[in-house]
Amino acid sequence: MKNLKLVAAVVAGAMMLASTSAMAVTIGFSQVGDEGDWRPAFSKDMQDSAVEYGIDLKFADAQGKQEEQLRAVRAFIAQGVDAIIIAPVVVTGWDQVLQEAKKASIPVFLADRDVEVEDNSLYVTRISADFNLEGKLAAAWLAAESKGSCKVVELQGTVGSAAAIERQKGFQAVLDQFPAMEIVRSQSGDFTTEGGKQVMEAFIKATNNLEGICASFAHNDNMQLGAIQAMKEAGLNPGTDVLMVSVDYVPAMIKALEAGEANASVELRSAIGKFIYPVVLDYLEAPKDLPKWIVIPGDLHTAK
Amino acid sequence: MNTQQMPGSQNQSSFAATLRAALVHNAVWPISVLVLILVVNAIVAPAFFSIRIQDGRLFGSMIDVLYRGTAPAMIALGMAVVIGTKGIDLSVGSIVAVVGSVIAWRIKEGDPHLVILFTALAVGIVCGMWNGLLVAVLDIQPIIATLILMVAGRGIGLMVNLIYGGTDPSFESELLQGLSVGNIGLIPTRLILFVVIFAGLWLLLRRTALGLFIESVGGNPAAAQLAGIPSRLIKFSAYTISGFMTGWAGIILTADVHTSDPVKVAMFSELDAILAVVIGGGSLMGGRIYLGMTLLGALVIQTMVTSILMSGMPPEYNLIIKALLVLIILLLQSNNFRAAVIALLGRRK
Repeated sequence: MKNLKLVAAVVAGAMMLASTSAMAVTIGFSQVGDEGDWRPAFSKDMQDSAVEYGIDLKFADAQGKQEEQLRAVRAFIAQGVDAIIIAPVVVTGWDQVLQEAKKASIPVFLADRDVEVEDNSLYVTRISADFNLEGKLAAAWLAAESKGSCKVVELQGTVGSAAAIERQKGFQAVLDQFPAMEIVRSQSGDFTTEGGKQVMEAFIKATNNLEGICASFAHNDNMQLGAIQAMKEAGLNPGTDVLMVSVDYVPAMIKALEAGEANASVELRSAIGKFIYPVVLDYLEAPKDLPKWIVIPGDLHTAK
Repeated sequence: MNTQQMPGSQNQSSFAATLRAALVHNAVWPISVLVLILVVNAIVAPAFFSIRIQDGRLFGSMIDVLYRGTAPAMIALGMAVVIGTKGIDLSVGSIVAVVGSVIAWRIKEGDPHLVILFTALAVGIVCGMWNGLLVAVLDIQPIIATLILMVAGRGIGLMVNLIYGGTDPSFESELLQGLSVGNIGLIPTRLILFVVIFAGLWLLLRRTALGLFIESVGGNPAAAQLAGIPSRLIKFSAYTISGFMTGWAGIILTADVHTSDPVKVAMFSELDAILAVVIGGGSLMGGRIYLGMTLLGALVIQTMVTSILMSGMPPEYNLIIKALLVLIILLLQSNNFRAAVIALLGRRK
């Protein structure tokens, strides 16, 4: 008897919950996992800003596994959410589940990484930063600062990663516009402070104390912070002798910029809920064809 | 070594005999590859050999090799001890991550830095004891037992970072940075530290019975047991030693960049450590600890890494070059391969 009452209460409660959430927009968000500094901050912002927008967010952490992510997306479809946002673990293997979402008339949005599907109409749009643009922005700043004449050493990210490839391409594309600008040395520091420091130590020796080098471009701040340490230990003045430009704008880099040891950093935003949710909400209100990629701009921050 | 480089001047049988005699010492192969790398360097990047004094410290790529090689060598020496018991320690990279995060956390909490130094070492030792507990007391296979901490360690590091927010784990510490990046006279402090620790480890293993016990437990556990050697205690202490050595490596690596990056710090260092032991002629079947040779192995690996950085090659080639060099060393060390080459040379003449 007691149990029955309890069950009834639970059912009633669940129904109330269901009815309140039916009024708010329900969005399922399947996140990659929580590696690095950037992604946990991104997850937290998605959850926080969902509250601000009055969205009932169903958050699923895929722990870096695609099968986990597919399961989460199928669960969202079964629950009949209004929209699904996926930050894909990998680019392939999405056709089937996106078909299922389409059949259930649930629009799918991509955040951060891209997917490869045969039919592009399976998702509405991808909303993310543009690594290529970050590279271009860094190079454009450097071109202006050095008046178009600069020998650059480059600290690449993990070889083969999308961020490393695209930042490299974007940076090079702008450099190609300036005959007196070139990358003279390039090595991978694996996106780590350790790696950046070790690579810069080698650069310092290989170029006779960075003789004739006007700038260091790092694919992320961590490597640049390592490079700054290596230069200081070799008696060089980073930020003065050599222009230091990188990507991410992490807290330690903000300090380095204030201390004048770095010159510029392109921000990779983690607080991007405010860029993603309006697109989704507008679409739900009035569905229309959107461009397949909506770029979240990255600000360039300088020492001054 | 000279004789094998001018085979034409010798007749066939004495050449083969000299070669065979030279092969008796297993240091020959790692050393010849080291020389090979240095010769290639002399051609590709002559700046590799320049050493000068800059701001009161020795400065040059050769110094970098020793300097950067210190932490990996410490890890490799600990690994050599564990491999001596026929075990393996996959968790060393993760231990570095945990040590680093604890250092950053305690510095933010304002502990005295000398206390933090000992705390960090204690963390390394406790991690080693945990592995030892799983392997020696609970009889879990070493590769699985240490896999647990390998997987969990970086997560523990992230959780420790979260205690103080973790958005900016960088710190300043005169004492720890002094140990890592400072120098006494012209010599980097970490090299002096390494020599002291190496000497201590050598004394512990070779001037007490511990080394012999470890080798006997690894070589023939049943016989060791019958001889009255407390094999569980011996295994436990081997993992504890590995934790201690890795703790030092963690202090050096963390203070080097004075920040904590549990996700990526010392990534794949367990593989480099195992490689150093193997290049040094150690067998994964256990029963032997070669401290000096392991050191040589670590030196070969670091020379390889620094050379690649100095060479100006595109980074896409890094892993291939490293793999090729390792393959060459291991082929040279393989008795079957050498016998086949010698037979081939013999037939040609």
